Amino acid sequence: MTKWRTLIAASLFGSTLIGGPAATHTLRIGLAEDPNVLDPTLSRTFVSGVVRTALCDKLFDIGLELEIVPQLATKWEWTDDKKGLVISLRPGVKFHDGKPFDAAAVKYSIERHMTMPGSTRKSDISAISGVEIIDDHTAKLVLSAPFAPLLAQLTGPAGTIISPKAAQAAGENFGSHPVCAGPFKFVERIAQDRIVVERCADYWDKDKIKLDRIVYLPIPDSTVRLANLQSGGLDLTQIAATDIDTVRNDPHLRLAAVNGIGYSGITMNVANGERSKSPLGRDARVRQALELSIDREALNQVVFNGENQPGNQWVSPGNPYYIKERPIPARDLAKAKALLAAASVPNPVMTMTATNNPVVIQTAQVIQAMAKESGFDIRIQATEFASALQLAARGDFEAFLLGWTGRIDPDGNIYNLVTCNSPFNDGHYCSTEVDRELNAARAVDARTERLAHYRIVAQHILQDLPIIYLYHQKWLYAFSARLSGFAPYPDGLIRPQRLGLD
Amino acid sequence: MTTFLLRRLALVLPTLFFVSVLVFGLQQLLPGDAALALAGEERDPAVITFLRQKYHLDQPLPVRYVLWVEGVLKGDLGESIRIKRPVRDLVLEKLPVTAELAALAIVIALSIGLPMGILAAVKNDTAVDYAATMTALWGRSIPNFWLGILLIMLFSVQLGLLPASGFVSPAESLSRNLATLIMPAFVLGNAIAAVMMRHTRSAMLEVLSADYVRTARAKGLSERQVVLRHALRNALLPVITLGALEFGELLSGAVLTEQVFTIPGFGKLIVDAVFNRDYAVVQGVVLCTALAFILLNLFADVAYALVNPRLRG
Repeated sequence: MTKWRTLIAASLFGSTLIGGPAATHTLRIGLAEDPNVLDPTLSRTFVSGVVRTALCDKLFDIGLELEIVPQLATKWEWTDDKKGLVISLRPGVKFHDGKPFDAAAVKYSIERHMTMPGSTRKSDISAISGVEIIDDHTAKLVLSAPFAPLLAQLTGPAGTIISPKAAQAAGENFGSHPVCAGPFKFVERIAQDRIVVERCADYWDKDKIKLDRIVYLPIPDSTVRLANLQSGGLDLTQIAATDIDTVRNDPHLRLAAVNGIGYSGITMNVANGERSKSPLGRDARVRQALELSIDREALNQVVFNGENQPGNQWVSPGNPYYIKERPIPARDLAKAKALLAAASVPNPVMTMTATNNPVVIQTAQVIQAMAKESGFDIRIQATEFASALQLAARGDFEAFLLGWTGRIDPDGNIYNLVTCNSPFNDGHYCSTEVDRELNAARAVDARTERLAHYRIVAQHILQDLPIIYLYHQKWLYAFSARLSGFAPYPDGLIRPQRLGLD
Repeated sequence: MTTFLLRRLALVLPTLFFVSVLVFGLQQLLPGDAALALAGEERDPAVITFLRQKYHLDQPLPVRYVLWVEGVLKGDLGESIRIKRPVRDLVLEKLPVTAELAALAIVIALSIGLPMGILAAVKNDTAVDYAATMTALWGRSIPNFWLGILLIMLFSVQLGLLPASGFVSPAESLSRNLATLIMPAFVLGNAIAAVMMRHTRSAMLEVLSADYVRTARAKGLSERQVVLRHALRNALLPVITLGALEFGELLSGAVLTEQVFTIPGFGKLIVDAVFNRDYAVVQGVVLCTALAFILLNLFADVAYALVNPRLRG
């Protein structure tokens, strides 16, 4: 009897330890890493975007189907020459410091993104040459040339509007206490431990906010993240594909998935230094043979339990900008061998760099095994991420298995990665036709017109193969059955609107 | 004793200097570029050039070292390039967490290792001795991260008694603070307990066969008094040294354990810093842990010298 009493007492003590102040309306979200600085102008990581989504509203946002919807804007209009975007701003919005949101704040924020030293937003909005204040609630973005992806860029960090007063006072340290106009305001951050935000009573769309607080907890190990979710230490987190079954079999947990906007592929070194002078780098037929050796569906089944979406272009097959005339090629070993024979390299030896993450290495091994059947001898070079980035930038690679997190507009998934002399174009691929068509696609607005240009781009890219696109990752979330109103967005960010805890 | 202390203290500065040069030099051997690592996916050349200039990454190594030392002498350990916070603040924020975890781990190690070591020595060559040795071997052989995950699965997922990971400061709630630290402290303490047990056992065996113990027994003292009062006191010397060294080691960050239990201490700080080439953080943390380690060593030496005057020289 005493033993039982002790046990019950122990469990009661335990439950209070776990419960604690994490009360009913505090949502605890597990992050895969500790975000870097939370300043929208300087921030560079995906996870800092997750936290910023609760703190900072943007001029525009995306909907569940990737459609662009106004957020701090109410409507917008292009000028006739497409070199000006007139934005009407939402009235009655206040920043967390009580200052009003107006056209001056838009001008300040956009100019800060454009000019602040170290700003990572510069390249997002390089088309903007200035911001004009038309009246308190109307601003005009002036462009140096028409730029169709601008609205999409303004759904991201470049469209984030911050409190000018707070930003001027904090200077470079704004990121340690961001003041914006989002549904939640910043409370505290303990590096590598937690970031706490609380509901802003003056939020313009406060009816949609049901939570009092959100606590973001960086937990790098996916097993530990899942254990926290199972034991009630977390309410919502992203999970690995290998954990899906555990979540499905747990009656207290729910699963949600959505196709992401990024891609994973093999970037080829075609012209960056000495290591491009291999059969793989010099002869497109060798790259075509490699592509034909890969069974993308099998790769998806083996490594990702079939959860990701196989793909062969910079956008996924479901995207409106996918070129349907060029579907995923089926595996064809005979054709691959014929191409290698025509290139006079029946058994090409190549090194594929891969970051030392178990899933990436497994993907590399599956490709290695598949390509072996058509005569390739692939050596895998597992490299830690920071070193791999340096190798890529220096051209010290032949093929690099690498992902791109993705952008809303198709331009963001291709332009900087394949145009001549672009800083992200590690393989130094360069084609004047591709550059011309990609620039033309930026200058027109209608989808059909842009698609016509992308169709020509696809002809070249899928023939030259500077990147062999492999698959598009899904965002997988597991969450407590107590959580209501959760909908996964293609950009992977967690919007706190409508979320509630029962 | 004063001369002894002064002589030992005089060695602190050169040691720290040597450690700092070593850390500074070794870090540069790491492949990768801090500015590139920071820029990540969006490698805007203008941003990279700006970062290189701002953090003096474009300067030759000796110049960077001198700049860093100048800062250190003024109490400025630099700034984390990744989260833009002063390294001094980060160190001050993490040190209490790691120190508390280390202290708890040592307490657990002592409370398992000492009694087991004494018992094994007193019951030398019996089933109890073998069992204690086996347990010690198990404690030392089991990988920390694996034991950590097993504990999480049992106490958090299955029984729901303890939080799976994270840290709550003692100022916020002492009970929740202990609840978050008990598993990681046990994982660390368990491994150290094994070494403590082996050291206590061998020291006790040596002492138990000494003449003065036989004398004590001949005086008619109870076995309990002989073991705990006479033998243990002398046998504890090497264990104290060991404890100080292990504590120093724990202060340098229990990398894997802190990672598994998401304890925001030195271990996690330094791992993230190395992966992101956040040089200032690595240097700052290593310098502080080196200092702590040196001071703990000094403490052990002084304690030893106090007990054994022959060492004072």
